[in-house]
Order: sequence, then structure tokens, then C-alpha cells
Amino acid sequence: MLELRDIHFYYGHIHALQGVSMEVRPGQVVCLIGSNGAGKSSTLMAICGVNAVARGEILLEGEAIHAREPDEIVKRGICQVPEGRRIFPHLTVLENLEMGAFLRNDASGVKEDLDYVCSLFPVLHERRAQRGGTLSGGEQQMLAIARALMSRPRLLLLDEPSLGLAPRIIETIFEVLARIRDEGTGIFLVEQNAHLALNFSDWAYVMETGRIIMGDEPGVLRDSPAVREAYLGE
Amino acid sequence: MFAQQLVNGLVVGAVYALIALGYTLVYGILQLINFAHGEIYMIGAYVGIAVLAVLGTMGLTQTSLALSIVLVFLIPMIYCAAYGITLERVAYRPLRGAPRLSPLISAIGMSLFLQNYVQVVQGARDKAFPNLLELGSFQLFGAYVNGLQIFILVLAVGLMAALQLFIKKTKLGKAMRATAQDRTMASLVGVNVNRVIAFTFAIGSVMAAVAGVMVGMYYGIVNHHIGFVAGMKAFTAAVLGGIGNVTGALLGGFLLALLESFWAGYVSAVYKDIFAFMVLVVVLIFRPEGILGGSGGEADRT
Repeated sequence: MLELRDIHFYYGHIHALQGVSMEVRPGQVVCLIGSNGAGKSSTLMAICGVNAVARGEILLEGEAIHAREPDEIVKRGICQVPEGRRIFPHLTVLENLEMGAFLRNDASGVKEDLDYVCSLFPVLHERRAQRGGTLSGGEQQMLAIARALMSRPRLLLLDEPSLGLAPRIIETIFEVLARIRDEGTGIFLVEQNAHLALNFSDWAYVMETGRIIMGDEPGVLRDSPAVREAYLGE
Repeated sequence: MFAQQLVNGLVVGAVYALIALGYTLVYGILQLINFAHGEIYMIGAYVGIAVLAVLGTMGLTQTSLALSIVLVFLIPMIYCAAYGITLERVAYRPLRGAPRLSPLISAIGMSLFLQNYVQVVQGARDKAFPNLLELGSFQLFGAYVNGLQIFILVLAVGLMAALQLFIKKTKLGKAMRATAQDRTMASLVGVNVNRVIAFTFAIGSVMAAVAGVMVGMYYGIVNHHIGFVAGMKAFTAAVLGGIGNVTGALLGGFLLALLESFWAGYVSAVYKDIFAFMVLVVVLIFRPEGILGGSGGEADRT
């Protein structure tokens, strides 16, 4: 479904992505683990067209998308829940959700999806008239995921959805992600919490200083001494 | 005297507020002071004169006054929107990632360029703005109010209300607010940020064009310098209200003009401009975020 071939990206003078290649197959949950500054977020921003890649190709179902603007990529069905949630702080919860559906013109479908995401996260319905900036961290993460779903993505990119959240809330969020996966949306998950990521995925990549150093089934990675030591804290 | 200065202040305030909108909208999205904005207003006034000249020779000003009034505003609005979009494309977009000083210098350069360009093309002498509306005047609480003043106030307040409604309710208005709050995130939900920025310049320029035509009608005279002082005053108004905040710009525009008007009436008409800029200095010292700034206004960034 999505394929990265030898992606290079420079952040100023820093060679942040040094030939990243990976693949997300249809119906799969793929995760990318790695430490801080490894280039995980840069990879997601490259897929979304925010980071202009210097070399390499990004293919979505065979079509090259790496030279496209971010809005054209959203239009093709990829939507990102970025690190830090990035809720529009002065828009209400409802307006944040409407922004998620910015490119859609089917008013009745948008209405349906509003009801749908509010059924996934009932708290958003209660808070719909509140400003996004006034929500708690967990509620903002739910809003960020719901906002992304409003674009009806084929592939959802998630950057550190568990960061800074209480275990109970992480559980709620991953229950919803499982439901989204079961309904047929592809998920590409970036996580520092390797336990969580490996348990949730069908395929996993490990990234270090701008390179993919491993890519295999989660079980295989879990048994690898290097991964155990570096990311699972064993 | 009080009532008279109040009326004068309100009319000038409407003009300041309309121009200040352009500064504040652009600042809200790009954190850039578009110093060439005053020139757009000046160009609006000149285009108004040109439109009136054409309409006059066609005889339309005699036969259809209402249509003439619509055209004398509409054509400068379209013209200035094109100027605003071009300005952003040529002078600011190539410097999007550059240090903040670079677009500021570019803005001052564009201001000087446009001023001199109009001087070369239109001549340095004052131009008369033909009188279109022959409206009578009447007395209200001891103040002389003429029909043109009422017309300016009603039109300006109507436009401000329409803009507020637009930003609050429409899809594009929400996209403008979202872009102001987090540009990258707006692009991640599918907003074409460049188009929103261009549109923001267009809206600001349209408001400035209306202000330019109003001032032409009000004072009957236009020259290529009017953009400088009006631009600085409107900028002061935007800072006073809290730059980046739409309601603040409107409030600041009226407040500055009223202060100025009362100062001119009760203290000294000669030092009116100095007083206005003194207000700017005082605001910058004691409340640099302005009256509504930092309180989470609509076009506000956090």
C-alpha cells in the first residue's frame, strides 16, 4: 500500500534520514520503534509532504507522492496524528473535527462520521463546544485521532500516541485503534514504548540515526538480544 | 465640541480599523508586519479616481448613481486584491523560511517601490477625488453630521461584521484560523496553506481598498504619500488592540482615532500625529501585547 524507497532528508545540514526503505502492506499494522532523534517523526513528515525529501521515492499504491503538497497527500487518503497532538487550541472541539474533514464535500457523510468518532470517544461529544486548548492531554489525543479519522483515511499515521498519558487512557486509545484496524484502515505507528508497539503490530521496523536497522515480525524482534537490551529494557 | 469630535473620530476610526484588519490578519498567519499595506490603501484611492473618471466620461455617474457607487468600490477592491496577492508572491513567499528580518526589509522595500511607482505613473501632485455623493448634513446633539459620514460608518461597520461572520462561520474562515494557530497542522488536515495565505492578503487588501476610496471621498484629495501615515496609524491601531487579533484591530482603530480626535479638539490639532505615535510608544512600553492580545483572540497564535 505504502512504500518508501531509499528516502534521504536533510534537516538544515543534518542528514536526518539516510536512505530509509520500508513498506506498509494493506490491512497491516506496522510500527516503527527507535530512540529519540532517530528520525521517526521526520519519516512521518516526509510521507505527509511536510518534509521535502532530497532523494528517494514514496509510493502510495504505485503512485509517487513524494513531490506532492501535504493537502494532496491527505486527499489521497493518508492522514497523520502528529506528535504532541497539535490540536488547534482556539478552535472548539467540534471545529477541530470539522477541520479534519476539510477536504470533504459530502455534508451528510461528514455528519455520519462526526457521530461515529463521537461514539468512539464519547467525551468529545460532551466537550464539543469547548476550546481544544482546554482539554486534558488524554482528551486531546482522542481529539487528534478523531480529527484524523474525519478525513476517512485509508492509512492512519500515528506519532507517539501514548506519550505522557495515563495507562488507563492508553488502553482506551489502543482499544479504539484496534477497532479502526478491524474496520480496514491501515495503521503506521511510531512509538517509543516498544512493548506497546510490538504487541499491537503485524510488522515492525527499528530505526537508529536515520537508518532502518531491522525489519521483521514483532515476535522475532522481541527475541532479538539487541532490541531487548536497547528498547525493551531487559 | 465633544459631539463633533466624537463624530469625526468615529469616521476616521472606521478607516483606521479597516486598514488595521490587513495588518492583523497577515500578522496572525505569518507573524509578519506587511509594511507595504498602507500603499495598497493608497492605490485603492487612485483606482477609485480612475474608475470615477471613466464612469464620468460614460455619463454613468449622472444616469445611475447607485451602480456608480458599487463600481467605485468594487473595482478598486478587485484591483487591490490582485496587488495584495502579487505582493505576497513576489516579496514574501520566497522569504518564507528566512530569518524574520528579511521579510520585514522586503516589506519596507515594497512600500517604497509602490509609493514611487505611483508617483512616477500618476505624478507627484495632489489629485482631486471627484465628488460623487451630494448628501446634505444635519445637526445631532450639536454636531454637524453629513450623509457621507453616515455612509462611511455604515459601510465600514457592515464590512467588519461580515468579515467577523466569515472568519467565524465559513469553512475558509475556519481554515484561516487553523492556519494562524498551527500552520503545519493545518496542512496535515489538507488545508492548502499557500492558498489560505494568498487569500488572507486578498481580504486585507480588499478592506484597504474600501478605506482608500472612503478617504478619497471624505477629504476629496489623494496623493502618493497618504499610504505612509495612514499605514502607520493603522499599524498603531492594530498593536493597540493586540496584533493578530481581529476584534482588537477594530477596537484599536476606533480607540486611536477617538483619542486623536479629542486631542486635536481639546489640546492641539498640530501635534495630532505625534500624539498618535506617542500612544504607540506607551502601549509598547506598558502593554506590548495590546488590549486583547494574548487573551486568546480568534486569529491569535499561541
